[in-house]
Amino acid sequence: MTNSVHDMGGMHGFGPVEPEPNEPVFHAPWEGRVLAMQRAMGATRLWTIDGGRASLENLPPLAYLASSYYERWFLGLERRVVAHGLVGEDEIAAGRVLRPGVRLNRKLTAEDAKKARSASFERPAPGPARFKNGELVRTVNINPTTHTRLPRYARGKVGTVEAVRGCHVFPDSAAIGAGDNPQWLYTVVFSARELWGEEADPAVSVSIDAFEPYLTPG
Amino acid sequence: MAADNHHPHDHDHGSELSEMQLRVRALETILTEKGYVDPAALDQIVENVETKIGPHIGARIVARAWLDPEFKRRLLKDATKVANTMAGFDPVAAHLIAVENTPKTHHLVVCTLCSCYPSSVLGLPPVWYKSAPYRSRAVIDPKGVLAEFGVRLPPDTEIRIWDSTAETRFLVVPMRPAGTEGWSEEALAKLVTRDSMIGTGLAKSPGEVER
Repeated sequence: MTNSVHDMGGMHGFGPVEPEPNEPVFHAPWEGRVLAMQRAMGATRLWTIDGGRASLENLPPLAYLASSYYERWFLGLERRVVAHGLVGEDEIAAGRVLRPGVRLNRKLTAEDAKKARSASFERPAPGPARFKNGELVRTVNINPTTHTRLPRYARGKVGTVEAVRGCHVFPDSAAIGAGDNPQWLYTVVFSARELWGEEADPAVSVSIDAFEPYLTPG
Repeated sequence: MAADNHHPHDHDHGSELSEMQLRVRALETILTEKGYVDPAALDQIVENVETKIGPHIGARIVARAWLDPEFKRRLLKDATKVANTMAGFDPVAAHLIAVENTPKTHHLVVCTLCSCYPSSVLGLPPVWYKSAPYRSRAVIDPKGVLAEFGVRLPPDTEIRIWDSTAETRFLVVPMRPAGTEGWSEEALAKLVTRDSMIGTGLAKSPGEVER
């Protein structure tokens, strides 16, 4: 689900930003357990970071908005372990194990967790980059029902390539289990007027990091 | 916004919290008994994020950039490489990009789609960074957002928003405050707040800290 409420850039009505002084890392111990379960299950490599994001975006919009950040992670994790056949719906409902687990190739140990994480999403380039610095580009107007990292506010807009960031895993493919499909990544900068209209502040510009399939010559 | 409010004074969240505690515990038990996770590994992950990463890492990088022009040049050219020599625990696996605030340009970082954040140098993101008000407004009303953080810039300052839509992460190098000539790296690092490295704040002035 691409055009859902997670894609918030430019929406109105959510009210003021409310920073919390001396904010703790977690507001309740269960939040830390959710983060840890998320990372430990991620280490099994049964899904990618993009698949994980997609499972949050696929939450019903009202549930997404009504949940706190770690509540969303928890709901997404529940859905993912069920979708991958690791845990049964009946076990989630019962809150306990009803049958043995399936065998996994990888399981994160406490020793593993002591070491630093190192996941890189850069990949060897299958070919030369199509665009270069300073080039005008127009973003595509796409509305896939699956995962994408092209926000709605930046679709069909003209911007300038400011930097070529190397070749990376393409989230739109990885999220649906279609492999890394590496793509060149560019920082593309838009004027606020291009994004929001003539009333926008001329001193403001916004950049996104856009994968090559999101871009056409401007 | 209800979606991301998690303030301890929200009394109506009490029963919900205990329900979450129960549900999270049940899932952890299921994943553990099925052999998918090791609770000791979960303990270690929580310890890592609570004790090993945090904005003190980014603050040291910024303070050194203020002191050493050659270090700053390398940081702005390849922040991933430079930060990896200083990040300590978590290497900067994602592509880290440092952007420098100047009298002419102010940089502000957001992730409108989720919560992407340079955790290896700043720790986990604060709740407001992940909240609907910040994610929705940073790209369309940055001056309004900055005002809520008490940041008022000269009217001719250009504002540049970085929306973290890929596995690239952004670290803002705030401007060095006046009156800090001759300060050590350690003393300077105390002026570098987390928010100043996101762009929703400025570095503290000398009068705001004990030297």
